[in-house]
Parts: sequence; C-alpha cells; structure tokens
Amino acid sequence: MAEIAEGGGGGGHKGGKKRAKKSSTRVDMTPMVDLAFLLLTFFVLTSTFSKPKVMSLVYPAKPDPNDPAVDQPKINNAITFLLSEDKIFYYQDQFYPADKPGPNGPTVLEETNFGPNGLRKLLADRNAYVLQRKEGLDEKLKKKQIQDTTYERLMIDYKKHKEALKVLIKTDSKATCKNFIDLIDELKIAQIGVIAPVDLTKSEEELMNAKLK
Amino acid sequence: MPKIKIPKNSPSIDMTPMVDLAFLLVTFFMLAANFRSNEPVDVETPSSISDKIIPDNVLLVTIDKGGRVFMNLTDPEARKEMLQNMMGKYKVGLNEEQIEMFSFMTSFGCTMQELPQYLNMSGEERKRFETKGIPTDSTNNQLKDWIFYGNIAALNSGKTAFEEAKLKGESPDPNDFKPKFTLKVDGKAVYVHAKNVIDIFRDLHLNNLNFITSLEQAPN
Repeated sequence: MAEIAEGGGGGGHKGGKKRAKKSSTRVDMTPMVDLAFLLLTFFVLTSTFSKPKVMSLVYPAKPDPNDPAVDQPKINNAITFLLSEDKIFYYQDQFYPADKPGPNGPTVLEETNFGPNGLRKLLADRNAYVLQRKEGLDEKLKKKQIQDTTYERLMIDYKKHKEALKVLIKTDSKATCKNFIDLIDELKIAQIGVIAPVDLTKSEEELMNAKLK
Repeated sequence: MPKIKIPKNSPSIDMTPMVDLAFLLVTFFMLAANFRSNEPVDVETPSSISDKIIPDNVLLVTIDKGGRVFMNLTDPEARKEMLQNMMGKYKVGLNEEQIEMFSFMTSFGCTMQELPQYLNMSGEERKRFETKGIPTDSTNNQLKDWIFYGNIAALNSGKTAFEEAKLKGESPDPNDFKPKFTLKVDGKAVYVHAKNVIDIFRDLHLNNLNFITSLEQAPN
C-alpha cells in the first residue's frame, strides 16, 4: 500500500457543528502500478526490436542439360576460395592441375584466415581498382557533386569492370555455413560485385585434402 | 518542559509520476514490439554487415544445425493455395479447420504424410514433435514441390496485391510484390545441407536468394 492508514483523527472538534467527514480524494494506485509493470515486463521480454537483416546473393543459373556444352570462358583477374571446416584456401586465376601445368606450373593453394590481416587485407589489395574508385566517389558524394543514383550506377559499372576482382567460392563436404556467410560478408565489405558459388572439382578437392593433412 | 509535538504526517508517496512513466513505457513497448514468432526450431544465424531489412512477404526455408529443413510462407492466402496444390499432388486429405490452422502457422517441418497429425497438435506438442524435417532427397523431394507451389501461390497473391495498389492510384513497383526467397541457416550447419536446398531453388530457376543474418558493425 502506498498510504498507511492513519488512526484516530476525530479528536479535534469539541462540540460545535458536526461536519461531514471529508473523505480523501486519493485513489489507491498500487494495483494500477502493479498491472502497468506487469505489462511492461511482458512486452520487454517478448518483443524483438530489430527485424532480421538479409544478405542477398545471386547464384549462377544452372545450365540447361539440353543446351550444347559451352566451354568455360577463361577467367581473368579472379580468385577462387576453397572452404573446408574452419580453414580457407585460395588460388588466383585459372586452375592448373598437376598433370596439365600452366605457364607458372601447377596451381598451389595458399592458406589464409578470417582475421583482418588475412582475408580482408588480401581482398583489399586485389580489389584496389574498385576500392580506389569508390573512395573518389565517396568524396564526390560528400561534396554533393553527384547524386545517389549516379553513385550507385557508377559503383555497379566499376564492380563489373575488367579490372575488378571476381570471386569463385568452392566448398567441400565439411565446410560450415558460418564460414561461407563470413566469406561472402568479407567480399561485400571489399566491394566485390561478381561472386559465384560453384562446385568443387575433383582435382581441387585432392589438392585441398593434401593441404589439410 | 513541554513536549514538542511533531505533526503526524502520513508517509504516503505520490505515485502519479511513476504510473505515468510506467504507462508511457508500456505504450512504447506495445507499439514498438513485433513479437518473436514461435518457430519450431531455434537457429543461430551468422552475422554480416548487410543492413537490408527482411521483406514482408517471403518464402523462408530454415535449416537447423542437424540439417533438418523447415519452410514458411508469410502470406496466409498464398499458404492456403500452396497447401491445396500439395494436398492434390500427395493425395492427403485435410479438413477446413486444418487448412485454416495451417494458414496461420509459422514454419513447419514434416513430411506431407505427417501433416494431418502435425496440424492436430498444440503449439507445445509441435515443438516436441520429433521430425526429420521436410524431405529433400531426390527420390522424395517434397521441398521442391513446396517451393514450386509456394512460388506460384505467392506470385498470384502478389499480382492481386499489385492490382489493388494500382487501383488505389498508387504507382507500385512490381518488384516489391514478387516473392522473395530467404534462407535461414544455422551457422553450425554444414554447408552441404544448405547447398542441397540452394540447388533445389536453382533447379526451379530461382537464383536470387537472401540469407538471414544478424547485423554486425561494418569495419571502417
């Protein structure tokens, strides 16, 4: 109770007129407060504030089996990431298996990590073309020299440019979803426009297994 | 020596400001709340810097730690249409009540054959229901059918919503009414499970997928 009842207040008058006792106009608010806090607690506990966020990713269309087989185009300025368990490997440009070595010999996998000095640095170096131009555009946008829409259009153009880095992602049977999403996240941070999750080839798997041992 | 009389004061506190505050907060939370929906599985999503908010009308596929698959379609009308098509295909009979029940459910993860039993359960029982999720293997690919019919139903209901918005004199963007496909994968799940589901989407020529992630701070 918010109020403590006061006992015996009637001793004040001696004789005289009998006045109607003034009843207090106060309402006991305690139950209301109880209820208010109960509701408050309920809403605090049940509500989720932020709506979940989504990260979109466009997968390459599956080739139609009726279509004649198309030769894989030569990929320039690309990097392929291979994921397994909590490890991440990469190689650059085309894959050359051991029995068909390229100009620089067969492909060698290199290992990196998800730390700021690993993946992020690597991508920032390799995708310098886009990142530098983005800085220039950011500057212009800040000074209001270009519009938002122009900015977005130019960014898309830069990301598709020949010089921009393209990324292929291959996963083996032990890779986790967390690492996959983390990788995509890093790619988005590095402003990479072309991301293609593709299937692992047999020779790549062998190479990776040898590396994992 | 006369006694000093201290006037008796009632130790009452004025509670009005407190009540004011309490109700203010209640109102705030009531308006700001969107309730945590009662999902059959808890999934811990990985984090990303993406700040794109999940669209309202989505077809959601959930993959839990063990690779079980659950599905949800947010629009109740589209859900009904999807279920009716599935009932026809799998020859499973459901009564009106069960169909109504289905249209207001959250994610479900059971085979078409288990569905009548699943719909008769209460919310708590459903949580405890031991299910292997929606079958996705190539011999019994129920998920593919769910997605196929779900897509058609969502497209139809999107079309009606688009026409309605147009009649109201708005200039709606047709892309806002197309169904969006989202995947909610547990970070600990093996990617092969997700890939399995993604391949089903790709088989149906649905290549634009969204991953649900929790927000993290972008590095500077």
